Amino acid sequence: MNVIDVHGLVKRFGDKTVVDHVTMTLAEGEIVGFLGPNGSGKTTTIRIMCGLLTPDEGEGTVLGFDIRSDSLRIKREVGYMTQKFSFYEDLTIAENLEFVARLYGLKPLNEHVARTLEDLGLTSRKDQLAGTLSGGWKQRLALAACIMHKPRLLLLDEPTAGVDPKARREFWDEIHRLASGGLTVLVSTHYMDEAERCHRIGYISYGRMLATGTVDEVVRNAGLTTFVVQGPRLDQVAAALSGRSGVDQVAPFGATLHVVGSDKTALQAALADVEKEHKGVTVSPGETSLEDVFIQFMSGSKDNMG
Amino acid sequence: MKNGINSVFSFARLGALLIKEFIQMRRDRITFAMMLGVPLMQLVLFGYAINNDPKSLPAALVAMSSDPYTRAVVSALQTTGYYRFDHVAQSAAEAEFLMARGDVAFVVTIPADFTRRVERGDQPQILIEADATDPAVTSGAISTLGTVANQALLRARGMQEAAAEAARGQLEVVVHRRYNPEGISQYNIVPGLLGVILQMTMVMMTSIALTRETERGTMENLLAMPSSPLEIMLGKVLPYLVVGAVQVVVVLAAAKLLFGVPFTGSLSLLLSAVLVFVLALVLLGYTISTMARTQMQALQLTFFFFLPSILLSGFMFPYRGMPGWAQIFGEILPLTHFLRIIRAVMLKGADLPAVATEIGWLVVFVALFAGVALVRFRRTLD
Repeated sequence: MNVIDVHGLVKRFGDKTVVDHVTMTLAEGEIVGFLGPNGSGKTTTIRIMCGLLTPDEGEGTVLGFDIRSDSLRIKREVGYMTQKFSFYEDLTIAENLEFVARLYGLKPLNEHVARTLEDLGLTSRKDQLAGTLSGGWKQRLALAACIMHKPRLLLLDEPTAGVDPKARREFWDEIHRLASGGLTVLVSTHYMDEAERCHRIGYISYGRMLATGTVDEVVRNAGLTTFVVQGPRLDQVAAALSGRSGVDQVAPFGATLHVVGSDKTALQAALADVEKEHKGVTVSPGETSLEDVFIQFMSGSKDNMG
Repeated sequence: MKNGINSVFSFARLGALLIKEFIQMRRDRITFAMMLGVPLMQLVLFGYAINNDPKSLPAALVAMSSDPYTRAVVSALQTTGYYRFDHVAQSAAEAEFLMARGDVAFVVTIPADFTRRVERGDQPQILIEADATDPAVTSGAISTLGTVANQALLRARGMQEAAAEAARGQLEVVVHRRYNPEGISQYNIVPGLLGVILQMTMVMMTSIALTRETERGTMENLLAMPSSPLEIMLGKVLPYLVVGAVQVVVVLAAAKLLFGVPFTGSLSLLLSAVLVFVLALVLLGYTISTMARTQMQALQLTFFFFLPSILLSGFMFPYRGMPGWAQIFGEILPLTHFLRIIRAVMLKGADLPAVATEIGWLVVFVALFAGVALVRFRRTLD
């Protein structure tokens, strides 16, 4: 049985379709990355799955419970970490954890709270107001509070926004540790390196799921060719390249240019022309990255921010 | 340097600020409506509703006979415009109950030997008992009383005006100012203030209950965790019942110690009524909370409700002085009913049967507000 199994989810706000026939399955223990530009429907989809929003169309189950009729049971077994820190800033760390433990009916209360504080390494600061914590610590506290009731599914909405690289690394180590214990995780993110840490990814844009699969599959299925251009005055080369037929993306990467296109023959022809026009410029085949694929997706679909 | 970037004042910059402010004002529809509509509405509402010299006050007549003299006195009282005899009591006890309940402001008693005394030329007496819990209400009616009744009686006896002058003073009108014989207005104001203070603080504090969660972003988390709308509602309003209880103790103690307001009724009856009233208030605040989107809007809605409560409930101006439509408006305010209860219990010593109707009203408000709040509460973020 899949932990998440939803079909044809549609959510409209007014006349705007924010989620447009999204289908998604997650197997137990999987970490699935949910990617897409701002306003693409990631948060809305996650909210539907944890019962915070009712879909206009579509059906499905989460943990075997119907997303329309069983949202209270889903809430009990799902950990949902919101994009914005949504615990009480005027309560201490310990008081926040006690509140959550009581809501889920965890017993014995003190033991659960003490263990969570211990795992967090916040035992000595447990009487500090949550609002005074730094961004990274808030995120760790939120995660700890979300998993205290031992959920079987974790829904994380851009959990690492505004968190420094070291804390992000630790966060992901924790996610993998939890997944190896059987927890299923759906995590939305903007960061490519985080996407690559997921077992599978799904790319959503304009409310539509455009690609799903492993990172390699998504890159391969995109059918893009990438060349690396090196040489002097790359800014002029970039200007000469962009807009030519066959050239979809020109992006500077340090001392090189990544040139990406979906039509390999046309792309090679364009590069050959530019190589002739600019002295000292060399072109070599490169590897298409996930980011290249996403930029391609994004330029192919309109923004949904209105 | 004129209007340069370095000058202390620039019309261009002031213009930028003004334009921005007007755009924001227009976006916030509720505030905009409050600024334009509310003053006009309140002016009309209160301007027509408030009257410090109430006329046509309900009165009960206790008359042992129905002869021409009695009728003359009664119709003369009615002609003053102050008295409206819509109850005829069979006994003094019945009249007493009507007054304790607040159904009548006056009880006019014409004794059995009235006619005989008039005819014999003995000094006849009539007794007028006035509900003086709010001294302002009955003062106008009492002041016109003696002259009018006398003249009516003399006319009934067919006396000439000159003879009437000579005979003035023949009829003795005995006035009893009930419950508050000295006409101390604090006896009326201080118990009323308990209701007003509770209304002010309870509704305001609970009206921001949900909007605060929404504004701080904690609502999403609260909804994602297993808690039902009823639990959330009770969790929000019950703490304020405790706050309300403390206020009640403080105000009642002050009423006794500082103002010497008499407490003639049952304390437990009053406290039960206060409990129902506070429950209605916190649920009203919570209902406002489910409607407003920001704390600012919640506070505006609270004040929107507060002003009519002060002016139309009978706290500041006599309820009986208001026109019929304004009285109906007053009936839909919980404070109106609470004021009647607390004045009846504290000053008149009213028992449960006398205030049961008013308590019933408060119970209706509790059920109504709780129902509306639960329906309005958004279990999801839809």
